[in-house]
Amino acid sequence: MADLISYREAVAKGLAAELRRDPAVVCLGEDIGAAGGVFKTTAGLFDEFGASRIWDTPISEQAILGMAMGAAMTGMRPVAEIMFSDFFACCWDYLANEIPKMRYMTGGQVTVPLVVRTANGGGLGFGAQHSQAVENWALAIPGLKIAAPSTPADVIGLLAAAVRSDDPVVFFEHKGLFASKGPAPADGHLVELGQAAIARAGTDVTLVALAATVPLALAAAGQLAAGGVAAEVIDLRCLVPLDMRTVLESVGRTSRLVIVEENPYQGGWGGTVASIVADEGFELLDAPVRRVAAACVPLPFADALEDQVIPSVAAVLAAARSLVAY
Amino acid sequence: MTATGSTRGTIGAGQLLALYEQMSVIRRTEQAAHDLFLAGLVKGTTHLAAGHEAVAVGASAALAPDDYVFATYRGHHHAMARGASPAECLAELMSKGTGLCHAKGGSMHLTKASAGMLGSYAIVGAHLPIAAGAAWSAKLRGTSQVAVAFFGDGATNIGAFHEALNLAAVWALPVLFICENNLYMEYTPIGSVTPVAHPAADRAPAYGLPAEIVDGNDVVVVAHAVARAAERARSGGGPTILEAQTYRHFGHSRTDPASYRPAAEVEHWLGRDPLDLAAARLGALGVPPESVAAAAQRAASIVEQAVATAKAAPPPDPGDAFTDVWADGGSSWRT
Repeated sequence: MADLISYREAVAKGLAAELRRDPAVVCLGEDIGAAGGVFKTTAGLFDEFGASRIWDTPISEQAILGMAMGAAMTGMRPVAEIMFSDFFACCWDYLANEIPKMRYMTGGQVTVPLVVRTANGGGLGFGAQHSQAVENWALAIPGLKIAAPSTPADVIGLLAAAVRSDDPVVFFEHKGLFASKGPAPADGHLVELGQAAIARAGTDVTLVALAATVPLALAAAGQLAAGGVAAEVIDLRCLVPLDMRTVLESVGRTSRLVIVEENPYQGGWGGTVASIVADEGFELLDAPVRRVAAACVPLPFADALEDQVIPSVAAVLAAARSLVAY
Repeated sequence: MTATGSTRGTIGAGQLLALYEQMSVIRRTEQAAHDLFLAGLVKGTTHLAAGHEAVAVGASAALAPDDYVFATYRGHHHAMARGASPAECLAELMSKGTGLCHAKGGSMHLTKASAGMLGSYAIVGAHLPIAAGAAWSAKLRGTSQVAVAFFGDGATNIGAFHEALNLAAVWALPVLFICENNLYMEYTPIGSVTPVAHPAADRAPAYGLPAEIVDGNDVVVVAHAVARAAERARSGGGPTILEAQTYRHFGHSRTDPASYRPAAEVEHWLGRDPLDLAAARLGALGVPPESVAAAAQRAASIVEQAVATAKAAPPPDPGDAFTDVWADGGSSWRT
């Protein structure tokens, strides 16, 4: 059996590999240096690469992303950390107006090859301003690539692709997965952006998931199997590029689709997936498309309340069973 | 048309005449942009920099070709000072395929990356951290480049200004923050919304930064101040704030008549026209008036030809709407 590595360790390992490979890679963010990051996702980097590659910043999200952008436009490959994805709101101008538009509105004169890493999602009881799943915010902006790994191996592989991408990539690390473990990939592991993975094959119903909803969907698939229902779980891995070919092919096999997303139902990424399936895969369906998403409320603090709001295995089971019985 | 040459010493008559001609080209291009807007040939909006020419031309004269410049939506003068031609600027304003940004940017986003002019930014203050990032990059790559962010007085009250100054100071970055203080935040007197007399320079002490208030209408004064600040930056001395006092000859944007400005104030500043100040300096250096008039005439011819060229240029290819979102040249976001 391959060595196990945690999702948290995979972030540092993936960054270290890119820092070693390319001297243009440089990291900046709050507490990422000697402190190793508030989630310890940059642990060890400062010791290995020093202050000239790993830069601690003040609590200045606009400066962090603006500096990363200016450096990316002039020959560097910065990897910026925004500690919690909720803080995107503090630097939204850079994610919505500056970074994604620069190449287009200059007629292709400049490129912005940078990565914005951030800790996303709920399940840890951090309350409404440190727990949101905001991948749908990024999806609202043409010009951003979006990765959201669910396994340690994908963290390393997608991070390598993101750093090497000549386009800006928003890289969502899920807080609820940091402690999870999986097989460590071989050195040089690379996962191309925009290629979904079939996390579990099945023929009766397709469960499309992302990041922390992948283990959720896999748990549901395990329980469905016990009842004789073979669910196929697709890990999108990226929202842009969005691998709809894999989704449509799966729906072609199963004729039933449940989308499991942690962002709120209102404006969630599942709406985009569902609309494409309705438009291009209508004849493939034998049942309505169901979306299991977060409720349309701010994330509450208490576990007992948070559990009510974010997707659960029970909710995925209910949705899948309703389609199989349809 | 970029005027080059060292400004560390005295600016000689020949160089000053070239700077005068460059400012004249900008002035006439801005007038042309105004006229073309009224004629319906420039769509959307414009923010003209007539009156601000000395800031851009003086700064450019003091910078090296590989230095970086970042401007605001009032940025035509900076694009031209760094080498963009009036024809490609006007073509961009007129939605022509030959425009600087292939008609995808417009007046507010003039960019000439090949000349180190890395964009005009239309979100107030946003480019100060970006310029600091370019300066950080120069430091990381071990070059002697500096980055310059030009911004208006109104930008000094937005968060990005303060975040940029703080971090650039902490990291001692080779960046110049040059405020074009034209006394008005759009339609509002800057003094009525700012608690200090000098909106940029008076904030410098809070960040431990040196600041200088300069006559932004005197191209020689600007060139010398920028040369000093750039030298400090290149030698590891960190950022400098320059507050260049200047004045708009037009309103804020489009056809704004700027009737909110007192007549006496307007008269005072029109009496300090950067072109007239440069002409007076040329006279004092012994340059005959005919030579100055000839430079003005050359500028008029250049812009007249540029207007004709831009008018005759083709529209953009409709397919260009779907290019250059990504580095591969395309816009595909899904399979």
